[in-house]
Order: sequence, then C-alpha cells, then structure tokens
Amino acid sequence: MITRRRLLEGASAAAALAGSGLPPLAEAAGLDLPPALPHGLRAAAVLESLPGKKPLIKLSYRPPNYETPIEYFRTAITPNDAFFVRYHLADIPAADASVLDPKTWKLAVGGEGANTEFTLGLDELKQMPAAEVVAVNQCSGNRRGLFVPHVAGVEWGYGAMGCARWKGARLKDVLDKAGIKKEAIEIVFNGADGPAVDKTPDFIKSIPVWKAMEETTLIAYEMNGAPLPHLNGFPARIIVPGWTGTYWMKHVISIKAVTKPESGFWMNPAYRIPIGKFPIVARFLTQENAANTPITEMVVNSLITSHADGATVNAEAVDLGGIAWDGGYGIQSVEVSTDGGRAWNAATLGQDIGRYAFRTFSFRVPAHARGKLTVMARATNKIGQSQTAELIANPAGYHHNVMHRVTLIVA
Amino acid sequence: MRALTIALLATLAGLTPAVLMLEALPARADEKPIALKKAPGLDKVEANCGACHSLDYIQMNSPFPNAALWDAEVGKMIKAFGAPISDADAAVINDYLTKHYGS
Repeated sequence: MITRRRLLEGASAAAALAGSGLPPLAEAAGLDLPPALPHGLRAAAVLESLPGKKPLIKLSYRPPNYETPIEYFRTAITPNDAFFVRYHLADIPAADASVLDPKTWKLAVGGEGANTEFTLGLDELKQMPAAEVVAVNQCSGNRRGLFVPHVAGVEWGYGAMGCARWKGARLKDVLDKAGIKKEAIEIVFNGADGPAVDKTPDFIKSIPVWKAMEETTLIAYEMNGAPLPHLNGFPARIIVPGWTGTYWMKHVISIKAVTKPESGFWMNPAYRIPIGKFPIVARFLTQENAANTPITEMVVNSLITSHADGATVNAEAVDLGGIAWDGGYGIQSVEVSTDGGRAWNAATLGQDIGRYAFRTFSFRVPAHARGKLTVMARATNKIGQSQTAELIANPAGYHHNVMHRVTLIVA
Repeated sequence: MRALTIALLATLAGLTPAVLMLEALPARADEKPIALKKAPGLDKVEANCGACHSLDYIQMNSPFPNAALWDAEVGKMIKAFGAPISDADAAVINDYLTKHYGS
C-alpha cells in the first residue's frame, strides 16, 4: 500500500523535479518500480485508476495495459478491482455495448470440427452445470521489462498476473453439446475486442482439444464471486488453468472446433518459445515446428511480497512473505537464502487452495547485523522443477522465472 | 478502421496532434495525451503511430533500441499489423525514434 507519508514525499519530490526541469520519475508518484526496468518506462509509468479499478501501474493507455502493484500479492487471491489489465488491440467494446450486454451477448459454437453449431446466451450458459477453479492468470510476458538485454514489447514488471476463483461452465460440456469430430485438433477462440485498423490481425487463439476437454478449462462468468470486471473479459472469458494468459480469451463470443492448425498471427509467429530451452511438459504438438513452439504452461516461480526492494527493517527478526506458483503441478517447497544463494532454508507454506493457485509462504529471518540484507526466494514444484538463477533468453521475453531478490536495509 | 479514418480526417483538417489523439480513441475516453519530445518528425509519429496505440509504448521501450531495432518495430507495425505508413513517413519515424528514444 502507498502510505500517506510516501505520497506526500512523492509530491514534494515531484515538485522538486518540476523545478529542476527534469521529467518526473515514476518513483515521485510513489511507485517502487524495479530499477532494472527500462528508464523510459520508469519515467512514464503512473498509478491510475481504470473504471471500477483501484490505482494500478499504467504502462499504456491504448490498448490498456495496467499491472498490479506488488502489495496486492500478499494474499493468495487477487481482488477483482486490483487485477491486472492486458489488451493487444485497442477497439474494446464499451461496458454498456450490446455485444457485452448479458441480455444480448451470444456465444457462437461450431466449426468444421464440430457436428452441430448453435449459439448460447449468458442465461443458457449459467444453466449448464457450474464448475469452479482457483487459478493464476499470468501474462506470458510478465517481467519482460527485467530482461537483460531488454526485449521490445510491453515492459511489464512483476505484476502482469493475478489469482482468482473462477466460476463458469466447463468448456468440455459446451463442446460435448456440439459434438467434436475425431478429426478435430484445436479449439479456436475469438473475443468481442478487435483492432483499430482493419488490416491488423484480430486476436484469435487456439488450444489443443485435449486441453479444452480438461475438467477445469472453463467459460467463466464469475471471478471471486462477482461478475467479471469489464476489462477482465465481461461477461465471459476462457479459463485455461496452468497455461499463460494469452489463451484466456476475454469477452469470448466464438468457439470453433477445427481440423487444421489455427494459422493466424497470434498463434504464429506470436507467442512462441524456442524448442528445448524451457522445462515444459505440456506441449501443443499441432502448432510445433522445428524451431519453436507455442508457449503453454507457466514455469515455476515465486515472488517476495512482504517487503519492497530497498525497504528499511529493524535489526530484530524480519518476517518475510510471498507467493509461489507453477503450471499446475503444485508447489512442493519454497526456500529462502540470506547469503546470496549459497545456503537455502525451507520457508513455511501457507494453505493449499488448489494446484493452479498462488501458494503463500512465510519465513522468519533471524536478527541481523546492521547494513544491507539481501533475501532471495526459490520455489520447487511437485515434479522437481525449480527456478532459474540465470535468465533464459528468448526472442519475445517470456517465462522470466529468475529467483526474486530483495535488498533490505537493516537499521 | 473507424479510428484510423478519424485520425486521417483530423490530419487533413490540420488539427493539432492532441486533438487527433483524442479523436482517434476507440475505447478510452479518459486517455491522457502523451507528450513526446518536440522535434522534427514528431508530427509523423503522432499521426501514424498514435492512430492505433497510445504513444507511451514508445516511452516504455526506451532508450534501449538501436536504429535497427526501431526499424524492425516500425516494420512489424507495417507488415504484421497492417499499419498504412508510407515509406517516407516510416523513414522519418525511424529517424525520430532512434534519435530521441534510442541508443
């Protein structure tokens, strides 16, 4: 949380900068942005509220890309009004547009890989058996801004993610209603948002049939017990637990079963990772080629959220806390190092609220001599995967799971 | 298309870039204008880049791109995203971005 005192300090710092003729830094607005982010981002990012949202870190207005401040990740569930916002294309239907109106919204189901085609209204979707899953929605490019060397794109810090309890109809039930032919290989989603220029490829995504048929892959209409916020996909979005946010189609209006790989820009060349660089189990084989493959499940990761980098603590014990998550295998352990990664000590894991969810952790650092104290966290999942010490370079800046490091000032 | 048409009309009408940006908005009535560095080429950046996205994309991707990377980004906008940017404007934009938001 931004304290009143820090806001006041920020205001006076901003005034001082204004007097000096220098551009106001994001820090002046009370933002603790990592110094590794591009200077241009740190100078331009501001805390701003979108309609219905708390102040989030604005990276771009149009399309809107706003990340969640780290303070909101002290609990396993991210509040709807603090949940990050990410769009590729700028033509987003207004909250009161008929295409998003629960009374007139229509979901078209079909495709050449389905036996029948039909449309569903929101009431009809809600009449189907409901399922719930607590799952992390994380942008593929979360932490892209921390890549060295920098990678062009939306320069996210740590907050292009959130965890919510999603409720909706199972995608499987809707597909079963349509009847999926044995030749069908992918399920293709389209949403009501679109590009500013006709020639820009519409944002269309596909997932393999096997992932679409999983029990927890949903067409969600509720998030943490409330309707989805407008800018998180109202009135319904696809939930693909374990996989990065690119597949979680917002404002979904079309679901097609297809017998050929979806070939649009957003499947290829976009959202690709080099073959063999990451420890990925879930593969999307109908989209794979010799050089690269679609990003699929999230890599294991963790984040220290109790203290900001550079925070001052007293010499008594320091109670650290944070969250860990992965692609759905579940968190086995989180360890903390206070000596730069030589010795590691087990943290205490919080309640397990599901294998796709954030798992909280806590760790008490014993009393420490004055000066700098660097703490690091490292999560390991239940199939033995752990975080990396060195960044794994890749062209689009995905899957950043370098161990998080926070330096505290012991005073 | 609506946004671009409005942007082009605004350009033809000789309106200021700030007005153009506000008019070009498809979705965000509360978008604040982004003040990029005033220098030759800024008008082309605002008219072309600003038709599809806010100009904070340029700020946040700076100053690390060199001339080749900015050229690749503008090329991506034209080839992958179908931005109707003339070769002449693209050259001016590349020069502006490299000089003021590049390395």
